[in-house]
Amino acid sequence: MSEYTQADFKKGQPRWCPGCGDHFFLASLQKAMAEIGVAPENTAVISGIGCSSRLPHYMATYGMNTIHGRAAAIATGCKVSNPKLSVWQVSGDGDGLAIGGNHFIHANRRNIDLKMILLNNRIYGLTKGQYSPTSPRGFVSKSSPYGTVEDPFRPAELCFGARGHFFARAVATDPTGTVDILKAAHAHKGAAVCEILQNCVIFNNGTHDSVYNKEGRAKNAIYLQHGKPMLFGENNEFGLMQEGFGIKVVKLGENGITEKDILVHDAHCEDNTLQLKLALMEGPDFPIALGVIRDVEAPTYDDAVNAQIEEVKSAKKYHNFAELLETNDIWEVK
Amino acid sequence: MANNLEIKNLDSVAVRFSGDSGDGMQLAGNIFSTISATVGNSISTFPDYPADIRAPQGSLTGVSGFQVHIGAGKVYTPGDKCDVLVAMNAAALKTQYKYAKPGAAIIIDTDCFKKADLEKAQFATEDPIAEMNIDPDRVIACPLSTMVKDCLKDSGMDNKSILKCRNMFALGLVCYLFDRDLNIAFNFLKEKFAKKPGVAEANIKVIQAGYDYGHNTHSSVANVYRIESKEKVKGRYMDITGNKATAYGLIAAAEKAGLRLYLGSYPITPATDVLHELSKHKSLGVTTVQCEDEIAGCASAIGASFAGALGCTSTSGPGICLKSEAMNLAVILELPLVVLDVQRGGPATGLPTKSEQTDLLQALYGRNGETPMPVLAATSPTDCFDAAFDAAKIALEYMTPVVLLTDAYVANGSAAFKLPDLKDYPEIKIPYVPEELKGKWTPYMRNENGVRYWAVPGRQGFTHILGGLEKDNKTGAISTNPENHDLMCRLRAQKIANIQVPDLQVEGDQDAELLIVGFGSTYGHLHAAMDEMRAQGKKVALAQFKYINPLPKNTAEVLKKFKKVVVAEQNLGQFAGYLRMKIDNFVPFQFNEVKGQPFVVSELVENFNQVYNK
Repeated sequence: MSEYTQADFKKGQPRWCPGCGDHFFLASLQKAMAEIGVAPENTAVISGIGCSSRLPHYMATYGMNTIHGRAAAIATGCKVSNPKLSVWQVSGDGDGLAIGGNHFIHANRRNIDLKMILLNNRIYGLTKGQYSPTSPRGFVSKSSPYGTVEDPFRPAELCFGARGHFFARAVATDPTGTVDILKAAHAHKGAAVCEILQNCVIFNNGTHDSVYNKEGRAKNAIYLQHGKPMLFGENNEFGLMQEGFGIKVVKLGENGITEKDILVHDAHCEDNTLQLKLALMEGPDFPIALGVIRDVEAPTYDDAVNAQIEEVKSAKKYHNFAELLETNDIWEVK
Repeated sequence: MANNLEIKNLDSVAVRFSGDSGDGMQLAGNIFSTISATVGNSISTFPDYPADIRAPQGSLTGVSGFQVHIGAGKVYTPGDKCDVLVAMNAAALKTQYKYAKPGAAIIIDTDCFKKADLEKAQFATEDPIAEMNIDPDRVIACPLSTMVKDCLKDSGMDNKSILKCRNMFALGLVCYLFDRDLNIAFNFLKEKFAKKPGVAEANIKVIQAGYDYGHNTHSSVANVYRIESKEKVKGRYMDITGNKATAYGLIAAAEKAGLRLYLGSYPITPATDVLHELSKHKSLGVTTVQCEDEIAGCASAIGASFAGALGCTSTSGPGICLKSEAMNLAVILELPLVVLDVQRGGPATGLPTKSEQTDLLQALYGRNGETPMPVLAATSPTDCFDAAFDAAKIALEYMTPVVLLTDAYVANGSAAFKLPDLKDYPEIKIPYVPEELKGKWTPYMRNENGVRYWAVPGRQGFTHILGGLEKDNKTGAISTNPENHDLMCRLRAQKIANIQVPDLQVEGDQDAELLIVGFGSTYGHLHAAMDEMRAQGKKVALAQFKYINPLPKNTAEVLKKFKKVVVAEQNLGQFAGYLRMKIDNFVPFQFNEVKGQPFVVSELVENFNQVYNK
């Protein structure tokens, strides 16, 4: 049992717009942290810039609300130099994938033990409504009055392309689903990307409507659980099966299909091919995958850096500055 | 400040070409001396023929050498050791290395360091560099024969003739290292091979290829200059370059402060050697992260400082442009950070391997908002140690980012370094938040120096948030209150102004007619110019600035004491302009040069004499 409650992680009065997905996520994060049980003083929450990056201000942990796009880089230095800390990095879709895209991929590639939260509302809110790198093609916004002419990033694809070992997804308004993936992210040692689908009531209202309420999720989402068959629908009447190189939706009972024919989720599978397919599923033909999609163990950068230091310490004979000087060619003037 | 300095710079460089007697070392050496003589250097050559005229190829007795000393104004004895040793095969390295100065650049043809070559040269292991205890950082190892073959593959020449051109590749590389004009070499070859235009053409092609190789790999030589004191102080010494001394200074400061040293960096000429050096010393707990870009280098160092380490980042001018935003963040976070700028020629990519002092104003002001930042400039290779230590000390004691300016010249230059004893260095007093403030503390509470206390994550009762948004002076909460912002700008500025730096020293004649003023790496040359003028019977003094922001308290008093002041710097007047802004009615003479090359003492003297006689 954790000795902390949600209240131990709460601070201040959030200033987000009423109804903003950030409110829901904040509460879930505080709840998850209380359940995880790492002390607030051993936790650092580091964000960049954007609406969602205000989040550390409302956490009773150590925190930094930094500059646009650099949260992952700053969190990297934090974790590598002080591995005892539990480091959470919070970014929106602009902060994490546009201006901070380089740091996002490299933190994943290096597998730094960061919990990387990506609050995806597919819009720039703080600058009052421009399209983001996750806005769909054709998206009309203030900076794209005739619709965008570019394709969006799909965060999972970027994470997997950068050799990411953990990817999970939740909807901000679903506290149970969100707390679950946050706890799974914490339990995973290494870079853990959690994509949170959330609404921007002002500039992109309804962007995740199909799964934003409970009823919608029952119809349009699938909760993936490792080791469990991939069933979904209001009465679990649908399932996923593999078909050739792809995935198809089937109805149980039709064409003699039973639960035994349904794919069983394997989040620990090293090969990410099927996990990627699951992560990329979109309505209306497919359910949106929620839960932990990929969770594969791998050596972390911060561990390796510190292990190497210990290794070299025992191999080398010099351990302080005075001894370092003695490793040089020295002569004496008498 | 040292007295009685001896500076050896490009005015005095020795290159030794060595290889098999058939490798054409004499010709390469001759051409190099011809080029140098043509551009006005005095030269002194020293052919060193093999003991055994017909010794077997690759053997120790068959090595031929040719040493060229080039100098401006003086002829140097050819017996001195060389600054660059070209060793075309293993035997040449074995026999000629003894003629190389400590830390000299060694150019080797790796194609002639194969197992058989090593055996012929009587090496015991497969790693001749380690076996001879040569610092691998000083070795320019290139597959020279392969590249020559590739270069001439369409020439129609036979293999033997092609390989005869290897010497020209080495020559091209050396010409790159010393900025020699290849056209002179081309003309020389056209004349020499007037009757064999094909041979001339092949040689010219290979020289160009060697030159391009140097350019593409950012090859550079350390020891392009040295500062040595004629007064021998008793003690134990080692040879050190500016970059290595900088790395050592940071290590020393972290140890003194009891902190982990973290370097976030991205490779860039001429600063990369600092990353290399620090990466070696994991046994001291030094953590280096080669980041995805310059921005992450600086940002991750800020993260490391937030987490309780001494965060540092190293780069050169173009990297500072990229780091500026994060440096700015460190200003408002009020976290310690050392930013090393090993300046090179600009703008943009500019002259990557050359030296300038053109980043001064960028270091001082190249950020948005009111962002005061301490700036230091190291005055010599060994001073890089003290300057790095000081930069870290200021960063930690005043909770601020600090820019340490060196440049390609001081970073690659070397000097005898008297081994420091950390006991002689001052304590670094870190303003950790006192435990008794628990419950009362807010993040922007300040100590008597106006410095914010440091609460490192892990401490119970001190959780807080820092950020790039303006904070309330009292509560630390985000604030856009106009009075508060004005106050915070002033508090941050006052904190930097409070930094204690040593008074400016005046060397030479205290009643001088002319005061020479410089900053950072030009110290040696300006000192030599002063010495020379004083030897001519003139009354001259020198004030060299190491602390640029804040300036020493006695700056105005010193500068106004002298009838004439000349500010000499390797830019178009940035420091002079800065001083004019800081000191009322101060109008100095100026000497400015941006050639990417160190000052030449004789030119300084000539110029200063004109000012003197005005």
